[in-house]
Amino acid sequence: MGVRELSCSLAMAEALKEEMEQDETIFIIGEDLTDHGGIFGQFRGLPQQFPDRIIDAPISETSIVGTGIGAALTGMRPLVDMHFADFVTTAMDEIVNQMAKIRYMSGGQAKLTLVLWAPDGGCINAAAQHSQCLESWFVHTPGLKVVVPYEPADVKGLLKAAIRDDDPVIFFQHKRLFNWTGPVTEEHYVTPLGKGKVKRRGTDITILTYSRMTYECMEAARELAKKGVQAEVIDLRTLCPLDFDLIARSVKKTHHAMVVHEACLTGGFGAEIAARIGEELYDHLAGPVVRVGAKDVPIPFSPVMEKYVLPQITDILTGVDRALKR
Amino acid sequence: MKISKDLKTDLYKRMVRQRTFEDETTKIFAGGEMPGFLHLSQGEDAVAAGTCANLDLEDAIYTTHRGHGCIIAKGANLKPMMAELFGRIDGCCKGRAGSMHFADVKTGCMGSNGIVGEGMRLAIGTAFAQKYKKTKNVTAVFFGEGATGTGAFHESFNMAATLKLPVIFVCSINLYAQMTHKSVHIAVENVADRAAGYGAPGVTIDGNDVELVYSEVAKAVKHARDGKGPYLIECKTYRHHGHFEGDPCNYRPEGELEKWLKKDPIVLYEKKLKKEGVLDVKAMQTIREATQKEIDEAVAFARKSPQPDVEELYKDIFA
Repeated sequence: MGVRELSCSLAMAEALKEEMEQDETIFIIGEDLTDHGGIFGQFRGLPQQFPDRIIDAPISETSIVGTGIGAALTGMRPLVDMHFADFVTTAMDEIVNQMAKIRYMSGGQAKLTLVLWAPDGGCINAAAQHSQCLESWFVHTPGLKVVVPYEPADVKGLLKAAIRDDDPVIFFQHKRLFNWTGPVTEEHYVTPLGKGKVKRRGTDITILTYSRMTYECMEAARELAKKGVQAEVIDLRTLCPLDFDLIARSVKKTHHAMVVHEACLTGGFGAEIAARIGEELYDHLAGPVVRVGAKDVPIPFSPVMEKYVLPQITDILTGVDRALKR
Repeated sequence: MKISKDLKTDLYKRMVRQRTFEDETTKIFAGGEMPGFLHLSQGEDAVAAGTCANLDLEDAIYTTHRGHGCIIAKGANLKPMMAELFGRIDGCCKGRAGSMHFADVKTGCMGSNGIVGEGMRLAIGTAFAQKYKKTKNVTAVFFGEGATGTGAFHESFNMAATLKLPVIFVCSINLYAQMTHKSVHIAVENVADRAAGYGAPGVTIDGNDVELVYSEVAKAVKHARDGKGPYLIECKTYRHHGHFEGDPCNYRPEGELEKWLKKDPIVLYEKKLKKEGVLDVKAMQTIREATQKEIDEAVAFARKSPQPDVEELYKDIFA
């Protein structure tokens, strides 16, 4: 079996094709699916292969999510296309009060076999209502799993795991990465939820990140190496469940930790990780746990302004200086 | 529609079972033994009974925060149901749901809901699954007129109509959305008129006439099973109790309740059954006593059931 270069978009379509071929309860519901193949072309080929299983809904995001929940309760495995992650606000009741709670409230009678697929993130000059990273809202809601892949191989493997999972999964996929390519094996595989991945080994500082920021952190690590600082970069891949064992092993080795995400800083998931490291690994720390995130403003349209708001490699490098108290 | 004697007796029993349960719950709650708060459905009994008598076990219902009647009419076992209201471990939902979030999936009670209108959205998904799996099953979703002011009503009805899903929208017009009269928040006389706007049939009926509810829902169920899409049935009825137990009901005009009590669906039906010779006073008394016994047993079961253990806390968050 060989390895191909696939875009995140094609990796996603391939994951769906493989899963839909072997499980008839999977269907996709959302807007602009059949004629357009999904807003980012992520469903290319699927409407032709599975015409009855790609459901074009009216622009009713709230009810699209509600439909997914009801169908999951009735033995289906829907993938609900949120169109843009920003639109989750129209379905917060469905996600927070229904999807996350029905299994628990029903005393385990009901299974919520549902993937809410939500393309998120900035860098495409889509401005404030089409550029957000909202993952921390959902990690703050018990009952939801939250997946934030970076590279095509993980998009494919984690999406397959999310579809097979018996719990509701919010699958955030960064919009800027759809056309980015990476190696994907031709073999069928599933990447388990809840396992982070060491992207680069290092001994001096642990950089914890996910989604698009993994790329920025890897670039920053290369810069740091030139200065003799060996950073260990971990792509968390899923935020709930969180691979804290992997985090702890790394921090015990490097004694320094930093969290980098594209979401705005205050109340971001970095705060949770930093707090947990502080509580559980205090004796191993030789410096403050530093967070790097977007500035606490809505994402502006102006490309210059947007770049200023979102974390850049220089921000990561400055963050490392703070963490190492240099 | 010709309704057989057996079916008439069945409709009567369903209503008596609902009413007796609600009346018993009223007493227990007033005695301070039941936690939380309760929204009871006395007076709306015919809507639930007439609808659910058309449904098979495999058909689904979604209901509201005022859902006991629908759940009982659909066939839920009263012991775990009562234990749930007591918050006990033998409750259908292990004491996590209480009255307002109750579900009994095996009898097709997919869920009550604490969020007004939400049942409609979830019903679309269940109906989609029923159609997709070619089951011929249908989903009935109960809601009050207050929910017709939510986006859920519009979005769900439109989706059900465009996707031709087997959903029966059963709107119980009990005159009050929480504590506000219908005339304040709905500009049309009949909510069912709105169905035309979605390209679906809608009828307005007397919701206190259980046989009429049965016959009209039968048409809607056939329509849905035949793949023709959703149907809206507006049942004009009345909520005998307040929005919640303990509600002083200051908003009710004097004499309104008394007027509606004369149109109590069970009282009306007893007169009819007697006149038609279907059940005599003694037969009805026997049914009432047997039902009371069943409910007394449910209460005893609930009282004996242990409180949930703290170890239960983290179960069922995830599969």
